[in-house]
Amino acid sequence: MTKFTKLSLAALAFVGMSATAGTLQDVQKAGVVKCGVDGGLPGFSEIVSGGEYKGIDVDGCRAMAAAVLGDAKKVKFVNLNSKERFAALQSGEIDILVRNTTWTETRDTSLGFNFVAVNYYDGQGFMVRKDLGVKSTLELDGAAVCIQTGTTTELNVADYFKSKGMKYKSVSYDSNDQVLASYEAGRCDVLTSDASQLYGLRTKLKDKANHIVLPEIISKEPLGPVVRQGDDQWFNIARWTFNSMVAAEEAGITSKNIDSLKSSKNPGIRRILGLEGKMGANLGLNADFAYQVIKQVGNYGEVFERNVGVNTPLKISRGLNALWTEGGLQYSPPFR
Amino acid sequence: MMRALRNQKIRGMLFQVLTILGLVAFLWYIGSNTMANIEQRGIKSGFDFLSGTAGFEIDEAPIKFSSSDTHGRVFLVGLINTLIITFIGIIFSTILGLIIGVFRLSNNWLIKKLAAAYIDIFRNIPILLQILFWYNVVLRALPSPKQSINFLDSIFMNNRGLYLPIPDLNTTTISVCISVLVVVVGAFFLNKWANKRQEETGKDFPVLLTSLGALIIIPIITYFISGANFNFDYPALKGFNFRGGKVISPEFLALTFALVIYTATFIAEAVRSGIEAVSKGQKEAAASIGLSSYQSLKLVVLPQAIRIAIPPVINQYLNLAKNSSLAAAVGYPEIVTVFAGISLNQTGQAIEILAITMLVYLTISLIVSAILNWFNHKMKIKER
Repeated sequence: MTKFTKLSLAALAFVGMSATAGTLQDVQKAGVVKCGVDGGLPGFSEIVSGGEYKGIDVDGCRAMAAAVLGDAKKVKFVNLNSKERFAALQSGEIDILVRNTTWTETRDTSLGFNFVAVNYYDGQGFMVRKDLGVKSTLELDGAAVCIQTGTTTELNVADYFKSKGMKYKSVSYDSNDQVLASYEAGRCDVLTSDASQLYGLRTKLKDKANHIVLPEIISKEPLGPVVRQGDDQWFNIARWTFNSMVAAEEAGITSKNIDSLKSSKNPGIRRILGLEGKMGANLGLNADFAYQVIKQVGNYGEVFERNVGVNTPLKISRGLNALWTEGGLQYSPPFR
Repeated sequence: MMRALRNQKIRGMLFQVLTILGLVAFLWYIGSNTMANIEQRGIKSGFDFLSGTAGFEIDEAPIKFSSSDTHGRVFLVGLINTLIITFIGIIFSTILGLIIGVFRLSNNWLIKKLAAAYIDIFRNIPILLQILFWYNVVLRALPSPKQSINFLDSIFMNNRGLYLPIPDLNTTTISVCISVLVVVVGAFFLNKWANKRQEETGKDFPVLLTSLGALIIIPIITYFISGANFNFDYPALKGFNFRGGKVISPEFLALTFALVIYTATFIAEAVRSGIEAVSKGQKEAAASIGLSSYQSLKLVVLPQAIRIAIPPVINQYLNLAKNSSLAAAVGYPEIVTVFAGISLNQTGQAIEILAITMLVYLTISLIVSAILNWFNHKMKIKER
């Protein structure tokens, strides 16, 4: 019994110690950014041969590590499914969530999060077998639809079928792998998800050529990194780390030419490189934080092309994700 | 003061009080810390979300459900599905467990070994793996809707589920259902009467044969009297899938199958140990007063074996109820899948939803265990 008393006292003392410093201080102390990703989604976050992580979201995590710790390798990746992700961020198990998460009002408010930016403008689409002979989503009345649970996808598909006066049978699983396995086994006629994911999932199918993604996009899915509410410094760091990558692309700075641009006279470029202004200090970071991000990870365009672009198995063109100067939506507020 | 501390009784009491105080302080600290953190991070809390619109569809809802219903109704759908799977699982695993348990003690070498092999294999593989295995086997083994396995153009089986015709609710259907019920209740009273008569006069009455005969003949007679008008709603292939009739989904089939196969092994072992625990002398005594081996099993061995087997079987029923939560892996819409899964994700209120879900399992388990404890009490040897 005395042992138990001691134990409970020890537990009390332990819980009492967990003081809350800012996320930046916690990360600097730990020397690593804990980053929540999917881990099984080609193009976004995937473990490739050799155990390396690869993808747009993964590069988002690396950029944070480069900005805060000066080393893009100092990331601890945490694989999370769609059900676990929010609790992991709320509880502080991870410092930032970069897991193809759609920005919605509820998530931004009542869940206690802040969305940092949009690292991929997506929309929901449908994939079907070619031999089904379906050419449009309007022909899907009565179809069985495979969905990943706990996503905005699930809500969109309900809204869409209702608004078109069509019926469907929902077949939902909590992991993307089971969704794909069941679709492949013929449990459902249609697989629905964000269009980018459909292309990614299709690369995993054995008979890739027999599946098509229907042309209709039924929703807006702005995907982006998420941080906890109430830590404005960390929020700003995340936002401007991402912005620096977009601004760099706009200014023509890439990971390859960045060192040669150090002698540039262009004040815009000099500010991004940290040679002028107090951008880094304002965030509580080193002056060269954006330099490290671009040098080690690359600008937004490089990251896009490397992971999901037309030369990857996903073959996605920039579309909405082109810079605003090229007809897309990617736009960084002024870096000054 | 020091003297009082040396008194073992007082000292014991003091430590107990301290422990309880420590525990209360610990729980209070955790509780208030959680609340403070929730508030600080601006996370919404409370139970308002239950009346919010769900916005998603549930395929296998036992009650009417559409995407404009509330999260409260999602809870209800999940709860009913959990109860359905638990109820059906308990019935089938009991039947299978009894059969396998008796087989295990059979004198036939092959039957005995097969039963032992079955128990050893399925008892020792984690239930989650079995569920996933059966699910993926079911999905891959069955054909697509257009190539359905077809029984007499009325029952269809494909990778979307098992499609059965259902009779319309008319006078014939209802009368036949009632007649079956009457026969079952009648058999119960017949058994009581036969037992009493046997005790008084020693004459035996073939209760089982009579009841089974009545169960076949009486509904058939009722069918013709009430107009011979069975009207089935047959499933038929329309568009992508079958429509009409009743569909049992592959998720439900795989989950029930896995739970029954798994739980039955434990019940079989409980039955076997119960029978083996009845001393040999009892059987010999039964034989010596001239009871047949069937009578000896029914009148002497089983009543004693059941008493021993009930407590472990109760545990297995409770395990089955709890294991049904693994349905989340295959997406059968029971409470963990839809409420602690989808609703949790859409509203983000993890603490509230998980607390409600835990409370549900606790309540189900306590009710099942209360019923069976009552039964156990009733079956106990009445000592005077």
